[in-house]
Amino acid sequence: MSPTAPLEAPVEIAPADIREPDNEMFVVSDRPWKVIVWNDPINLMSYVTFVFQKLFGYSKEKATKLMLDVHQKGRAVVSDGPREKAEMDVFRLHEHGLWATMEHDD
Amino acid sequence: MGNYGTRRLIMSQPRQSPIVCCDEGLYEVTLLDAERALIAKLMAELAELVEDDSQADMLTRLFPTALPNDPEAEAEFQDMVRRELIATRIERFKNTTNTAQEGVLNREQLEDWMGAVNDVRLVLGTQLDISQQEDIEELDADDPNAMAQSAYWFFGWLLEHIVATLANEP
Repeated sequence: MSPTAPLEAPVEIAPADIREPDNEMFVVSDRPWKVIVWNDPINLMSYVTFVFQKLFGYSKEKATKLMLDVHQKGRAVVSDGPREKAEMDVFRLHEHGLWATMEHDD
Repeated sequence: MGNYGTRRLIMSQPRQSPIVCCDEGLYEVTLLDAERALIAKLMAELAELVEDDSQADMLTRLFPTALPNDPEAEAEFQDMVRRELIATRIERFKNTTNTAQEGVLNREQLEDWMGAVNDVRLVLGTQLDISQQEDIEELDADDPNAMAQSAYWFFGWLLEHIVATLANEP
């Protein structure tokens, strides 16, 4: 609020201006996405750990745990967020040769 | 995930790490001439292949699917990133070819090596159909894939040392 705005100024709000956000659109566009890395037989475990640290700034411990999840369980969620962030993360993982996909966090 | 195969290194003698951190962000590279020639040759070939035909079967692992359950969104995603993914790879392959004979690399150059060497392993691994957790135990000299197999091991050994050196940096 501007400090110079008169406090007593009449406020008129046209009813047409008070619109509920379109709920469906809102949910769809803002729904969080998960970025998943899948196990593959070629990538080295040390390399995968290092890429998680490099791309996401994760500690060695966290990166190692995620790598072991990928290795042992076949997949791990390595990041999440809005669609644009997930797309960027998947792109960077693909740049580094990791097998990454993204999906809705239902 | 794979391992590079410590039990069956192509080198019969134990070797020091080929990538050693000296100082001020520089890394010393100790490789045989034949190994440097192999790096330069394979990287140059792959740069050409990615440039000419990024759809080639042997390159499938370099360009994975991001949204396998939504073809429309997948097509949009590929439209957005494919060109840049191709450009990044060609640049890394070419940079690595150009620095294959260097005795000292800076961090940026070594990270290009790391990405390019990993890509080579993905291509060779696809070609060799590496699909098990354990890769092939013995090298059969009569196998038509023997060259690719020994290259796959060599690049695994090299990558393991590049990562170890980069990861131990403060």
